[in-house]
Amino acid sequence: MPEYSWPPMDERRVIGKPTKRRDGLEKSTGRAKYSSDQKPPGMLFGALLTSPYAHARITSIDTSEAEHMQGVTAVRVMTAAGKEVQWEGAEIATVAAVTEEIANDALRKIKVQYELLPHLVREEDLVKAGNRAKPAGEQVTGDPDKAFQEADAVIEGSYGIPVITHCCLEPHGNIVQFAGDKVNLWPSTQNVSAIGGDLGKSLEVPAANVHVQMQYIGGGFGSKFAADSWGVEAARLSKASGGKPVKMYLDRATELKIAGNRPSAFANIKVAAKKDGTITAWQSASWATGGMGGGGMPPLPYVFTGIPNVRLNHTAVAVNAGGARAWRAPNHPQASFLTCSALEDLAAKLRMDPLELFNKNLGYTAREATYKAQLQKAAEIMEWQKRWHPRGEGASSGHSSVKQGLGLAINTWGGGGHASQCRTTINPDGSVVLEIGTQDLGTGTRTAIVMVAAETLGLPLGAITLRIGDSDYPPDGASGGSTTIGGVSPSTLKSTTNARNKLFAAVAPALGATPDQLAAVDGRIQVKDNPSKSLPWQDACRKLGTNKISEMGENNPRQPGGLMSQGVGGIQMADVSVDTETGIVKMNKFVAVQDCGLVVNPWLAESQIHGAAIMGICAALFEERVMDEQTGKYLNADMEFYKLAGIADIGEIVVHMDITPENDKRGVIGLGEPPAIGVIACIGNAVANAIGVRVTHVPLTADRVLAALEGRNA
Amino acid sequence: MSSKNDSEVPGKPKSGVSRRGFIRGAGIGGGVLGAGLLDKKALAAPAAEGRLVGPGAVPITLKINGKPQNLTLEPRVTLLDALRNDLELTGAKRVCDRATCGACTVILNGKSVYSCTVLAIDAQGKDIQTIEGISNGKPHPVSEAFVNNDGQQCGYCTPGFVMAAKAFLDHNPNPTYEEVKEGLCGNLCRCGTYVGVRKAVLEAAKEMKGGNHA
Repeated sequence: MPEYSWPPMDERRVIGKPTKRRDGLEKSTGRAKYSSDQKPPGMLFGALLTSPYAHARITSIDTSEAEHMQGVTAVRVMTAAGKEVQWEGAEIATVAAVTEEIANDALRKIKVQYELLPHLVREEDLVKAGNRAKPAGEQVTGDPDKAFQEADAVIEGSYGIPVITHCCLEPHGNIVQFAGDKVNLWPSTQNVSAIGGDLGKSLEVPAANVHVQMQYIGGGFGSKFAADSWGVEAARLSKASGGKPVKMYLDRATELKIAGNRPSAFANIKVAAKKDGTITAWQSASWATGGMGGGGMPPLPYVFTGIPNVRLNHTAVAVNAGGARAWRAPNHPQASFLTCSALEDLAAKLRMDPLELFNKNLGYTAREATYKAQLQKAAEIMEWQKRWHPRGEGASSGHSSVKQGLGLAINTWGGGGHASQCRTTINPDGSVVLEIGTQDLGTGTRTAIVMVAAETLGLPLGAITLRIGDSDYPPDGASGGSTTIGGVSPSTLKSTTNARNKLFAAVAPALGATPDQLAAVDGRIQVKDNPSKSLPWQDACRKLGTNKISEMGENNPRQPGGLMSQGVGGIQMADVSVDTETGIVKMNKFVAVQDCGLVVNPWLAESQIHGAAIMGICAALFEERVMDEQTGKYLNADMEFYKLAGIADIGEIVVHMDITPENDKRGVIGLGEPPAIGVIACIGNAVANAIGVRVTHVPLTADRVLAALEGRNA
Repeated sequence: MSSKNDSEVPGKPKSGVSRRGFIRGAGIGGGVLGAGLLDKKALAAPAAEGRLVGPGAVPITLKINGKPQNLTLEPRVTLLDALRNDLELTGAKRVCDRATCGACTVILNGKSVYSCTVLAIDAQGKDIQTIEGISNGKPHPVSEAFVNNDGQQCGYCTPGFVMAAKAFLDHNPNPTYEEVKEGLCGNLCRCGTYVGVRKAVLEAAKEMKGGNHA
C-alpha cells in the first residue's frame, strides 16, 4: 500500500489556486439539465393533494370522479378514511395524468370529508403548550445557585428564533419510472448513492434494480436526503400507469409546508460574571419545536462549554406543522444566537466591550488560540477598536434617526470527510475518466475533484473527464454535515495516485528508470532528476498497449491518514444601521473570519462563505414561518411573504480564511456550514449596540425593532 | 382550537375562482379583461373571432428566439409551462410560480417578464427571448460574466438572473453599482450568490460595450 499525502503547499500547481467553477457555463447558459428539467419519453405529470387543516380525521375520501377523468392514468390514496392528518400540507392523495393541468384538475375532483380536531401550531408561549410540551431532564454542573449569589453581575434575558423553512428553489420531487421490477429515478437529492436503496426499500425492489441519475440539484441545504413519501407515490403511480415515467414535484406552498424546516429555539437565560467579565455561571431553560416530533436541542452554552457552573433545561414542543429536517449546521445557529445574545447583554451590563468579554472567556472554549487570533483578525478588518461604541451611545451619522452598531458572534463545526470511493481510468489513448457517485450541490465538488486529479496526474483540468451523479458509479456519502469535500478529495487523490503509479510502471522501462523515479508534470511523464528524459502523456499511455488502467481510491472516515480532519472555529462580525423612526435594519458590512484546513479551491470556498453569510442575513432580517393560531395554517407559504434577502439587502461582505501552512497540515476540512452559524447572532448584537436595547426575537423586522425601542415585547 | 365537522374540496377557493385561476381560465385576448368582462358563462363560450377561446386546447403560435412555434395549448397554460412542458426550453425555472422570485425570467418585446405570470396565449405576436436564444454561437457576455465572477452556486436561479441582467443592461448599458442593485432586485437566490452577481453584471456591462449581442 503506498503512502498518500498532499503535495507540499509550495509545490502545488492546481490545488490551492483559485479556479473557475467547472460547470459554471452549463448553468449560466441554461443548458444544465436538473432532474426537474428532464422529460423522458411518455412522461406523465403527478400532483399531490394535501390537507388544508392542521389536525383532522378523514371521514371519507372519494376519488371516483377523478379516476374517470379523461387523461388521468392513476389515482392513489395516501391517507385513508379513518386516519388522522397532523399538519396542514400532509399528503392525502396523488394523481398522474397526461398533462399537468389535468392532474391538477383531477385533484379538485377528489372529495374529502374531514372531522376537525384540536391543534396547536405556535410554540413561543410555552404556557399554552400544555401536554404538547415534553421536558427533558435537568442537567447541572458545579453549583450554579452559589455562583449566581456570589456574582458581581447577573443578566437575565429571554430570546427567540423562529422556525424557518429551507425554501429550496428547485422544490423537492423527482421523476420516476417503475416498470416490471426496475426503477429509474431522476431525483433532486443530496444523496445520489443511497437514495435508490431508500426508495427500493419502500417499493420492495432490490436497491440494485434502482438506477439513480442526477447531474444538478437546485438547492438542498440539508433537506434532501430521503426518497420521501411523494417520491415513493410517484413510483407507484408510474407502476399503475403502465410503467410510464411520472414527474412529481411539490408546488411552492407545499414545499414550504412539508419539505423540511429548521427548528425554532426560545430560551430564558441567566448569566453570572465577575466585574472583570469572567463568566461564572450559566442557566438556561430552552424550548423548541421541529413539528410533531418535537424540536432540536441547541447545544448550550454554545462554544463556551467550560463554564464551571451550569444548569440546563430543555423542553420539546410538538406542534401541528410540518416536520424539521437537517439545516446547514443543525442546532448551531440557534445555539450561537442564544449564547452570543446573552453574552452581549452581559457585556453591556458590565459596560465592557463584548470583544473584551469574549476574549476574557476563551479559556472556556476548545480552541482558545484559534478564537483569539480570529477575534483579532476580524476586529482589524472591521476596525472594531476605532469604531465600537458602548451600547446605544454611537454618534448619529447623517440622518439623526439612523444609528449604527457593531456586533460579533462565534461558531464551531466538524466537517470531517464522509466515506467515498473514486475510480480512475487511464486509457491507452491518453484519455482519463474519473467516476464518483457523488453530487455537486453548487458547492464546487466537480471542480475540486478535477483539481485534485489534475494535480496528481500532471494534466490540465480540461484533459480530465469527470462523471458524477449516477448510482452506477463507486459510492460516495450523502452531502450533509460539510462532509463532501473531505470525502471526495482523499478518494480522488488515492485513486489518481494508484492509477498514475500503474502508468509509471508501464512507462519506466522506456525511460530507463524505475517507477519510483518518475513524476507526472505538465502533461509529461519524466524522470524526476533528469527531466530531459520524458514522454508526453499520450505517448506514455500508448505503452499500455491495449490494456487500460482502472484504479480505485477510498476515503475511510475512520482512517483519514492525514488527508482530511475535522474541527473548526470562526468569528463573525456585523456592522448595521438602524433607522429608529422606521425600524428598518440595513446591513453595512459583514466580516467572516473562518478557520479551515487545506483549501482545495479558495475561490469557491469563499463563495461558500458568502453564501452562508447571505443565508444568515436572510434569517436575521426576514425569514419566519408564520402560523395562524385560529386556522392552524401556514400563512406565508409562498415567496412573497416568506421573505428572503435580495441583492440590495446584503451590504459588503468580507471573508478571511485562515489559509496557513499550519492549518494546511490538518488536511481537507469541510466549511459549508460553520460560516452560516454566527450570522444571526452578530447581526442581533449589532442592532442592540446600535439602538441601545435588545430586540429579543428574530427576525429583526421593523415592528420588532420599534417595539423594542418603545419598551414593548413585539 | 376548534372541533367541528367540515368538508372542503382542497385547492378550490370558496368563491370557486381564484385570482390566478381566473386569469388562467379566462384565456382572453389582450384588452378584454380591461373591458371588465367577468361573466363566467361568457368565458365558457366557444371561440369567437379573435376574442374568446377555450377552455379546451387551442392552436397558438409563439415567436420564440426568432422562430415561430406552433402549439396546441389550453388557454390557461402559462408561458413558463409552455416553454418547459411543451417546448423543452427548460432554462427558465418554475420556483415561486407567483411572480416573486424571477427564476422564470424571459424577455418579451425587449422587457424582462416573469413567464410564470404571462399566459402563453397572451404572448402570441410578441418577441419572446429565452436563455437558450441569447448565445450566438458562443455564450452571451452575461453568461460568461456569471462564471468569471462566480455569480452562481446551485444555479437554479441563474438563467433567470442572466436574462434579467441582459434586459437590464440592454436598457442601461452603463449602470452604477447602486443601479445594479436596484435593477436586479426582482430576482431571488437561495444559495447566496449576490456578491458574485453584482460583480458579474458590472463586468458584463464593460464587455458588452460596443459589442453586437443578441
